[in-house]
Amino acid sequence: MATKILIPTPLRGYTDQLDEVEAEGGTVGELLADLTTRYADLRKHLYAEDGTRRNFVNIYLNDDDIRYLEKDQTPVTADDTVSIIPSVAGGARS
Amino acid sequence: MGRPTLVIQAAAGVRIRRHGQEAYPHECCGALIGRDHVVTEALALPNSTDEGPRRRFLVRPVDYLAAERRATALEAELLGFYHSHPDSPARPSRYDLEHAWPTFAYVILAVDRATPGALTSWRLREDRSAFDEEPVVVAQDAE
Ligand SMILES: [Zn+2]
Repeated sequence: MATKILIPTPLRGYTDQLDEVEAEGGTVGELLADLTTRYADLRKHLYAEDGTRRNFVNIYLNDDDIRYLEKDQTPVTADDTVSIIPSVAGGARS
Repeated sequence: MGRPTLVIQAAAGVRIRRHGQEAYPHECCGALIGRDHVVTEALALPNSTDEGPRRRFLVRPVDYLAAERRATALEAELLGFYHSHPDSPARPSRYDLEHAWPTFAYVILAVDRATPGALTSWRLREDRSAFDEEPVVVAQDAE
């Protein structure tokens, strides 16, 4: 079962310039695992070296941040849209 | 091979400097919209950090999406983001590097005691190990 994933501008260089791709999975976690298998170069921009998702990477199921749902265990269907939405952060001093 | 120069159109350059000045001593932030390395619009966005806006900025997902929508409405692209470094050099910090997105231009404006100063532009290296500086010019207003 394929679910649509919306890709933000800075990651389209890793998805053949597509702003929308499909991946397979019953949960958000499975979907993202499939996505980063299909487009392996995405991985380092979404996940830190220890495998945790970078905290400025936000995953939304339709209009909701999955942090407030069931995180990676959040179920998805073919009717859902998952979005990868950046937070952009920085600052003058470390 | 040289890096392409990022060109910031005059009005956008004025907006970035003014935003940096108005936000001082806090950091300002906003989106850079245009195409083909030419920034035609600087879109000011709220600094939503809760870690102290004198040394941090944060563009929330909702504001990020507004920037993408604005780019689409202008039939342009989201080219990157700008932010200011109050009383700090226009060079990316370790924190900037750790939070950077690939492909985007990161324009940094130094604001020294409320006066806008040096403006630089940076891109994340593909292996995320560092930023590379790229040439940037703010165009002068055509009469
Ligand atoms: Zn910075």
